[in-house]
Amino acid sequence: MSAHTQPSGSSGNGLVKWIDSRLPVFTYLQKEYGEFPAPRNFNYWWNFGAILTFMLVLMIFTGIFLAMQYTPHVDLAFDSVERIMRDVNYGWLLRYMHANGATFFFIAVYIHIFRGLYYGSYKNPRELLWIFGVVILVLMMATAFMGYVLPWGQLSLWGATVITNLFSAIPLVGDAVVTWLWGGFVVDNPTLNRFFSLHFLLPFVIFGVVVLHVIALHVTGSNNPLGIDPKGPQDTIPFHPYYTAKDSFGLAIWVTLFAAVVFFAPNFFGEPENYLKANPLVTPAEIVPEWYFLPFFAILRSVDFNVWFIDAKLGGVIAMFGSILLLFVVPWLDRSKVRSARFRPIYKWFFWILILDCFLLGFVGAHSPADQVFDGVEGLLFIDLGHVGTAWYFIHFLVLLPVLGMVEKPKPLPTSIAEPVLGGGQAATGAAAKPMEKA
Amino acid sequence: MMDIGNKITRVTATAIVAGLTLIAGTAGAIAAGDAESPESQNWAFNGVFGKFDKASIQRGLQVYIENCSACHSLEQLAYRNLFDLGFNIDEVKEIAAQYEVTDGPDEFGDMFERPAIPSDRFVLPFPNENAARASNNGAFPPDFSVLAKAHPSGPDFIYAILTGFKDEPPEGVELAEGMNYNPFFAGGQIAMAPPLFEDGIEYTDGTAATVQQQAWDVTNFLQWAAEPEMEDRKRIGWKVVLFLLVLSGLLYAAKRQTWARLH
Repeated sequence: MSAHTQPSGSSGNGLVKWIDSRLPVFTYLQKEYGEFPAPRNFNYWWNFGAILTFMLVLMIFTGIFLAMQYTPHVDLAFDSVERIMRDVNYGWLLRYMHANGATFFFIAVYIHIFRGLYYGSYKNPRELLWIFGVVILVLMMATAFMGYVLPWGQLSLWGATVITNLFSAIPLVGDAVVTWLWGGFVVDNPTLNRFFSLHFLLPFVIFGVVVLHVIALHVTGSNNPLGIDPKGPQDTIPFHPYYTAKDSFGLAIWVTLFAAVVFFAPNFFGEPENYLKANPLVTPAEIVPEWYFLPFFAILRSVDFNVWFIDAKLGGVIAMFGSILLLFVVPWLDRSKVRSARFRPIYKWFFWILILDCFLLGFVGAHSPADQVFDGVEGLLFIDLGHVGTAWYFIHFLVLLPVLGMVEKPKPLPTSIAEPVLGGGQAATGAAAKPMEKA
Repeated sequence: MMDIGNKITRVTATAIVAGLTLIAGTAGAIAAGDAESPESQNWAFNGVFGKFDKASIQRGLQVYIENCSACHSLEQLAYRNLFDLGFNIDEVKEIAAQYEVTDGPDEFGDMFERPAIPSDRFVLPFPNENAARASNNGAFPPDFSVLAKAHPSGPDFIYAILTGFKDEPPEGVELAEGMNYNPFFAGGQIAMAPPLFEDGIEYTDGTAATVQQQAWDVTNFLQWAAEPEMEDRKRIGWKVVLFLLVLSGLLYAAKRQTWARLH
């Protein structure tokens, strides 16, 4: 252990010392990424922080090189993307990495978020850490949406039209807001130009918020699968080499999966119709967003009724944005003091139901609301599933989370992290491990 | 505790895979609309080891030039791209020289016509969309450059359309003026008349020019036109994936060894 507690600033070579005494970057790195004490019991779900950092950097780098070749003009954008695919050296690789990078970025971020929900990582004292995470999610969604517009295919144009039109639901000023967003009276060249500009800017904003996210993490320390605080040095291990080694392995597996898709199925996650040039005169039969927006799209379309003075359109917009913004207050909605779902026998089940609900909403989002779910089964339409899925999503967060905290009787928590991990030499070992196996 | 982790991992992985399959599958179903879904064909380029059938693609180019290029553009391709198909410089020059392009301005400021050269893009059949519609009963023949990627069934869809024309629509289907019946096209009605005929062209390599053969060849050609990088992509992909698998193995061993110090 002691080998890891020596700041490199005092043991490095002359240049390192010289720099470190003026700007302590080496001391900082050693403290925050070298000896940073992390709970010893992380499972592989804790790899996704490192994976997400990698994805962000990958997206920024591939994006910068794509921007060197891309032309943000309605007459040239589609062709310039095809030029990248055909004539730029390894341009196809850059573009496929960037396009599939968005997919893998979202898979990773959703896993990371659900990891947080399962193990209660948002609870005291990590509320602000969680809030920064939700800010990153919102920024990612905005960035991905605008990025999808850039190739100027049919779904770029019509997706942009549908999503920006949502703002017209705002009472009184809606239409003016939409005109202002578009920079005109339809989605056209000014819209494409500003989306390109913002698509280039936002990743750096995300990077800044990631820094805040990491700083906040390093103040409170990481949560862990047991959800209990480390009680002393026996419960933690230095980040390096233990978690650098574990993260490297997890990241390599992740990148292998990513590479398999990029090289062998690069259009699997994409909508084929976006390979048709944008045409303002031809509306696609079905305007669907990228897969990672489908659950939210389903929520938007599931509000097909008026509530008092709120018409269906505004209601859908409120529900959709509400479903995301809701995450900001999850730390206060959840009244349970126990973090990890391993010790919350009822919440654990509702967690998995929420996962299924999100998949259900994604399924609904990919279909026209008026279509039958099963051929030949009259009466069951996608809109019905959408109603159920949407209602359940809000019930989970607004009703179940607060109520469970009051009625659920949590299982006894282990006394320390080290105890079940190291065996502890106490009779508790077997007894403590057993009930958790059922968990 | 390990068991729980593993179980969760398995369950979640299954759920994710199932979910993605569901979404991908359903997305395909939407775009197909009320059209008959095309049968999957055994293309040479299918699968992770798939390669282009160069001979078929070369024949497909001939089908395109002689049959399709009067209406369908191929605007993202240049004649120089044909080197990828195994044509030599003289052959490519000869193909290009069949077409006239507008160049200029010359030193007097005038535009002039000249034969196309390998660095020129495939010459468009119509100067603009309106001209194309005017010549095609109001319909706009789509550009062919990425057509094979623009439909969920891609090449299978193209092949099904080309071989799926029926002389008479089934009972109860009323064709609009100038439309043709094709069950694989959304709505069953397509503005394009059947474009391929038995022995409609004479293959330079002597292959019998059945409708199926021509459809097969031109589909291979269009798939190549849509993703000319495919062979490079898959070849590099194998190297990258194998490298990453070995790297993952080494990193796992390194992780095991590092963590062994803890126990």
